[in-house]
Amino acid sequence: MSNILIKNGTVVLADGCAACDLYLKDGKIVRMAKAVQEKADRVIDATGLYVFPGLIDMHVHLREPGFEYKEDIASGSAAAVRGGFTQICCMPNTQPVCDNAAVVGYIVARAKEVGLCKVRPIGAITKGSQGEQLAEIGKMKDAGAVAISDDGKPVVSARIMRLAMEYASDFGMICLSHCEDKDLVDGGVVNEGYNSTLAGLKGIPRAAEEIMIAREILLAETLNKRVHICHVSTKGGVQLIREAKARGVRVTAETCPHYFTLIDDVIMSYDANTKVNPPIREREDVEAIKLGLQDGTLDCIVTDHAPHHRDEKEVEYNLAAFGISGIETSFSLSYTNLVKTGVLTLEQLAERMSANPASILGLGGGALREGAVADIMIADLGEEYSIDSKQFVSKGKNTPFDGMRVYGKVKYTIVDGDIKYEG
Amino acid sequence: MLGKDLLGLYDASAEDITDILDTAVGMKKLLTQNLKKLPHLQGRTVTTLFYENSTRTRCSFELAAKYLGAGTVNISASSSSVQKGETLIDTGYTLDAMKNDVIVIRHPMGGAPHLLAKHVKASVVNGGDGMNEHPTQALLDFYTMREKFGAIKGLKVAILGDIKHSRVAKSNLFGLTKLGAEVVMYSPATLMPQGIERLGAKVAKSREEALSGANVVMGLRIQLERMHGGLFPSLAEYAQYYGVSEEHLKYADSDCIVMHPGPVNRGVEFTSDVIDAENSKITEQVLNGVAVRMALLFLLVKNRQGGEKSE
Repeated sequence: MSNILIKNGTVVLADGCAACDLYLKDGKIVRMAKAVQEKADRVIDATGLYVFPGLIDMHVHLREPGFEYKEDIASGSAAAVRGGFTQICCMPNTQPVCDNAAVVGYIVARAKEVGLCKVRPIGAITKGSQGEQLAEIGKMKDAGAVAISDDGKPVVSARIMRLAMEYASDFGMICLSHCEDKDLVDGGVVNEGYNSTLAGLKGIPRAAEEIMIAREILLAETLNKRVHICHVSTKGGVQLIREAKARGVRVTAETCPHYFTLIDDVIMSYDANTKVNPPIREREDVEAIKLGLQDGTLDCIVTDHAPHHRDEKEVEYNLAAFGISGIETSFSLSYTNLVKTGVLTLEQLAERMSANPASILGLGGGALREGAVADIMIADLGEEYSIDSKQFVSKGKNTPFDGMRVYGKVKYTIVDGDIKYEG
Repeated sequence: MLGKDLLGLYDASAEDITDILDTAVGMKKLLTQNLKKLPHLQGRTVTTLFYENSTRTRCSFELAAKYLGAGTVNISASSSSVQKGETLIDTGYTLDAMKNDVIVIRHPMGGAPHLLAKHVKASVVNGGDGMNEHPTQALLDFYTMREKFGAIKGLKVAILGDIKHSRVAKSNLFGLTKLGAEVVMYSPATLMPQGIERLGAKVAKSREEALSGANVVMGLRIQLERMHGGLFPSLAEYAQYYGVSEEHLKYADSDCIVMHPGPVNRGVEFTSDVIDAENSKITEQVLNGVAVRMALLFLLVKNRQGGEKSE
């Protein structure tokens, strides 16, 4: 393990930015001060660059085991470090479903072999994500799972969800709820509204998401348990969570870059790269998501990185798979659309993309201070570039952002004191 | 100027529409004179690629192509093959390799013609895609209105029925608003799509309001599967509260015409009295459909790059 000295950078701390150097040794931040003189094997000149705590994405799909043609742990990890992420949490909708300690253990072991970023598996809430019987949550935790979710398949039964929240809490685990009333979705593929009518595509009403957000809030409130709401996309959803937090409900929530970057007129191209669940909504939702991030109603920015093969996207819109390959564009989109526009400060961005996910899931990392783990991302915020899916190292090239001009390029990703990506 | 394809009227200009309608006048003349072996499209091939059952639209396109001297090929793909068979793009590559000039596609999913058009050199005509558009049906409707009233501008067109799932309603709305007509819609709330007013339609609060002073009364087919899906309780209830009888027609302009894209459910959208009345243009619409499609095919082929044929 080498020593690294990061010199002349601007460090993003919880309470502001400061010019200081960081000396990394044995996987830790050993010194953080002005003009550090330590001798290092490697000196990174960070003049003009910003030093962030390593980004943490608590919602990705790595597709392994079972769907390696879409992505695998190696390609997903490479994409993660290219995106500035030092820790990622992968959802259990693999084949077989990650609903037992063996699959959790496999993912942990495989990720260690790959050795790029830290991969934290999320176990299923129910066996096979069928929504009927609780999975072995304790055993999964011992094998390395950090949370539970039936992401992609909402837990239809309120009774099962209630039991999951209660039982998981014994193990310090939190339920991450994919909120979707499938009956109300009824085969919809885009947001229901003006543009779904214009495009002649079946709409998904906002209520399909909000009904289940409301249910989870009420369950968490009644039981005094924690719950985390996945990928919030609607104005009404933000409001439900804001009100719940105000009365002390233990709810946290996340959103994704596509929900604060795009409005649903992009569907008029019938380009299935715009197809994602929940769907891209309207301008008022985008504004509400930004406000939610600003006032802390939405705690985290995640990617819901959902890589797919191009054969699954180059088809009729209705037949295409839902999802966006987002881990390599998340930081630039967030910086460009939130910080450059004044919605968030840099410190708040770091909080939403690192400290908060770490705290919700009880992970290490999330902050830069002496003694902390040396998980670090260094970015050039002044660099403007065009998003180019051909450059993605993820197997999934499915992005609606191709060609978009953005700011903020990841230059270094350092995990446990080792440089894992250099851009 | 009409481009390579006709995918919908949302993107068509009033000039494009008028151009097609003007050309169709001559075509109808030839048709009614029984001159049905014309040289306009000699040596050309028109393929109909239908992923949904259809008798009248497919037949209309095929006859239109044949009357103009084109060779025709009909491909029926069952809707299950949409999911299991060759992909739409691959089918497009195959048809292109066989040197088709025009592909008419009908598909149960919105946007399928757009996907096809992006990947083929042939001209693509949308013969109806899901809930999106059915531009040639709307064009033949406009032709029928123009034939009766001389112009579209200033007409009040009442459209009643399943607006939500109707590609005919949408193509009519896009075209009619461009041509200066007023479009009023009426349906059960479960069959009315969101945002339709922002698209230019007026949504009536009652059947009487919709019909009041209408020059054109257009019914849309009510599909049984919508009833099974719970969008309305029964055909009888639909007919009673949303259907149009002779009595309701009294609210419309005394010189109004009755239209329907077919096939009609007698006694549901319209009573038989309305369907068979003198001012009903339902059968005339079918004839006009052939003329309009002849005009469209002719113009598309004429406009194709390097595809000019001396007339």
